[in-house]
Amino acid sequence: MAAVMPQRRYLTWGSITLLLALSWVLPESGLLNPYVVQILMYVGINMILTLALNLVNGYMGEFSVGHAGFMAVGAYMSSILTVWVIPPALSFWAFPAVLVAGGLAAAATGLVVAFPSFRTRGDYLAIVTLAFNMIVKSVLENLEILGGPRGFLGMPRLTSLPWVTAWVLLTLYLCRNLVYSNFGRGLMAIREDEVAANLTSVDTRKIKMYAFLISAFFTGVAGGLFAHLLQFINPRSFSILKSTDMLVMVYLGGIGSLTGSLLGATIFTLLLELLRPLGLWRWVVGPLLLVLLMIFRPRGIMGLKESKWFIPRFGAGSRRS
Amino acid sequence: MAAMLSIEELTHHFDGLCAVADFSLTVEPGELVGLIGPNGAGKTTIFNLITGVFRISQGRIFFEGQDITRWPSYRITAAGIARTFQNIRLFKDLSVLDNVRLGGFARHGYNIWQALLHSRGFRREEQAWLRQAYELLERFNLTRYADTVARHLPYGEQRRVEMARALISGPRLLLLDEPAAGMNDAESQALIQLIRDMQRDFGLTIILIEHQMRVVMDLCQRVKVLDFGMTIASGPPREVQHDPAVLEAYLGKDGALAE
Amino acid sequence: MLQVLGQNVLNALQLGSVYALIALGYAMVYGILTMINFAHGDIFMVGAYLSLAAAVFLLGLPFKAPLPFVFVGALLFSMFLTALLGVTVERLAYRPLRQAPRVSAVITALGVGLFLENFTLAMLGPQPRHFPGLIPMQPWNIFGLTLTPLQVLIILLAALLMVLLDLLIRRTLLGMAMRAISYNRPIVPLMGVPVDRVISLTFAVGSAIAAAGGLLYGLAYPVLDPYMGIRIGWWAFIAAVVGGIGNIRGAMLGGYILGFVEIFTPVLLPASTYRDFVAFSLLLLLLVFKPTGLLGRPMFERV
Ligand SMILES: Nc1ncnc2c1ncn2[C@@H]1O[C@H](COP(=O)(O)OP(=O)(O)O)[C@@H](O)[C@H]1O
Ligand SMILES: [Mg+2]
Repeated sequence: MAAVMPQRRYLTWGSITLLLALSWVLPESGLLNPYVVQILMYVGINMILTLALNLVNGYMGEFSVGHAGFMAVGAYMSSILTVWVIPPALSFWAFPAVLVAGGLAAAATGLVVAFPSFRTRGDYLAIVTLAFNMIVKSVLENLEILGGPRGFLGMPRLTSLPWVTAWVLLTLYLCRNLVYSNFGRGLMAIREDEVAANLTSVDTRKIKMYAFLISAFFTGVAGGLFAHLLQFINPRSFSILKSTDMLVMVYLGGIGSLTGSLLGATIFTLLLELLRPLGLWRWVVGPLLLVLLMIFRPRGIMGLKESKWFIPRFGAGSRRS
Repeated sequence: MAAMLSIEELTHHFDGLCAVADFSLTVEPGELVGLIGPNGAGKTTIFNLITGVFRISQGRIFFEGQDITRWPSYRITAAGIARTFQNIRLFKDLSVLDNVRLGGFARHGYNIWQALLHSRGFRREEQAWLRQAYELLERFNLTRYADTVARHLPYGEQRRVEMARALISGPRLLLLDEPAAGMNDAESQALIQLIRDMQRDFGLTIILIEHQMRVVMDLCQRVKVLDFGMTIASGPPREVQHDPAVLEAYLGKDGALAE
Repeated sequence: MLQVLGQNVLNALQLGSVYALIALGYAMVYGILTMINFAHGDIFMVGAYLSLAAAVFLLGLPFKAPLPFVFVGALLFSMFLTALLGVTVERLAYRPLRQAPRVSAVITALGVGLFLENFTLAMLGPQPRHFPGLIPMQPWNIFGLTLTPLQVLIILLAALLMVLLDLLIRRTLLGMAMRAISYNRPIVPLMGVPVDRVISLTFAVGSAIAAAGGLLYGLAYPVLDPYMGIRIGWWAFIAAVVGGIGNIRGAMLGGYILGFVEIFTPVLLPASTYRDFVAFSLLLLLLVFKPTGLLGRPMFERV
């Protein structure tokens, strides 16, 4: 209940500044080779995806298997903007706005899932999200103007490590704030017992709506970052396999945990890189590790736990750390 | 002038089974009304109908003059009707503090943007809620459990958390579903005192479902007796206790009316 | 016109038979464990490869094995080994997670599926394998319809298997135990039902039927690749959901419906790429308006 402790505040701001500065200086100065920078950007994009999916799957306890659909919408929307609409000279400065536009488009399609979630729960809602993912992919494959199955290209490489870092921090900050508010507690109440949540005056429809909109928004932003890193997207990049990757990151890191999201995204991305020398066998060993993890740690590494760092001081005492 | 709660000719079926038949009840502000009857009589179903868990197909319910018959649960609770559950329904993986805070969901005064930014208004509001939550925890002797995950709490404490969670929403009408279930004599004695104090301090009107006749006798000014969904008697508890229909309902099932 | 229609109905029945056989496996496991066994499509794929291996081996014998013998041999061989695979997967990967949160089991199933796909790929290489023809191809002409013996075999054998399964579930002790477990798992052990054994058998039966589907699919569409289980698995899964997930007869019905959707979408719409779109939109609409599928029971909530 006391005011935020000053040391901690300085520490937080100090590390944020340091992170942003490093993310800018290290690649610029050539201290990090481009391959490592590329991997770090993937780690960052995956962190955003995982944080966003964790809101729905971890905190709210629904089971979305279709988030790649939101990612696709964000990726295509932002790419259309930078390729067709925004003059190249401006695209660098317009990039944040482009990503936000991609996120908003994704959030709008989030309604497709949010409305059924009022009536449908559990496995059936999971299937609704799955159908959503398949429909998005199928629509993109049939839109010749967007390249159909061949994909869409010509985006400038606007995604850079500082941008990714900034978006990770922003996503983390907003998710943290959401989770430690009545809206976040409402999410967890839905996970625990939806009927009881309604009976303790939680407007579950409103909360579900917010959860899907916010989650879809950030997933769309990540899609935009992804598209402007790869400079090429096609519908197959957003298939159910992509959704599966996101699920794995969430459940690997731990449901209902910000720390877990960051960890899950990092471990997943780095592990796949480290296993690269195995060639084809990488995709045999990876799933095997996943199964073993689930058996020995079914809630993921940080399931329902949080690092003290992320818990706001005022009104803490609400989570284990 | 209007009654606190008035239920008019409520009827509810579960695939052919008539769980509540033609039930009417008017509760005045400040009353403490008991709802008794053998297991399966339809008492909990009535609470579920009042609080919007089941859709009402026949009958109407007014709360402080407003027709709440078709309202969704969260709106009914926000309007001032809070309840506890026969088989405790806490948010098991959340801390006791969070459980209690959630009860005040409808009364928090910030919107989603303020929450996302943790604005100044948000913090002020959260702190006020936190203070209120701690006051209630204190009152229910739960302060030391604030950070405990609800599922690790002993049974009796879980019941008290449910009450605290109900009270933080600032209800005017409180529905208690078998609060003394599983309690021994001393415990139910303490519970009686607790309910009295709550009623006085929070200005509550209470409807109480209870099997332990001692609790009912001590607390309720009048009771309604249900059997197979039908109202078989109503009046002051001491009179109802000797009503032949009531005796039969109980003797046929649970044995004698224990006192 | 009518001829085209009739021909397509036959094609739809053929494809629907395969979907129905696979959908059954999803429904059985869901019914008994309320778990979506996302690895089931890949179990089907393994079944198809095992049939291929058996067929190639039997055809390569020094004496010339008669084709019906090769067919039955391949069928039994792959049904048996695939059943074993299903039981092993359940034993090693799912059983340790019985008490864990339900999603952990689902993630595990996804992992097992990826493992099976990529293990097959790593072992056999990416080039598709061709399935030898075991059934005479010369078509019969009836009322202007072209009917191949293979089509007849697929439709009839699938129907036979489904009838047998239905009898198994409705008439035998094992079936009764399965239904009891899906109705109320916590109390069933109290009644002396060996739950673990029944669950193992459920996986065995479901996998064996998927293997039969694999052989039939291989004969009808004779190109196998390690990722074939993904698409077909998803379609069969939708079939199970459309029918009402966990409901065996619903799964059969859903299988045929999906067969019709897949065959008739390209007939009615120009590009064949619309068929996913149509199938999933139908699924979405169905779930929004009838959230429990065609034959599913509504979920209960006690307060
Ligand atoms: N959700 C439900 N679905 C079907 N039947 C129910 C449901 N809830 C209660 N019932 C039935 O309605 C009757 C009344 O139950 P209930 O109101 O819980 O009784 P009480 O609280 O008086 O013991 C019982 O026969 C019970 O089995
Ligand atoms: Mg009751």
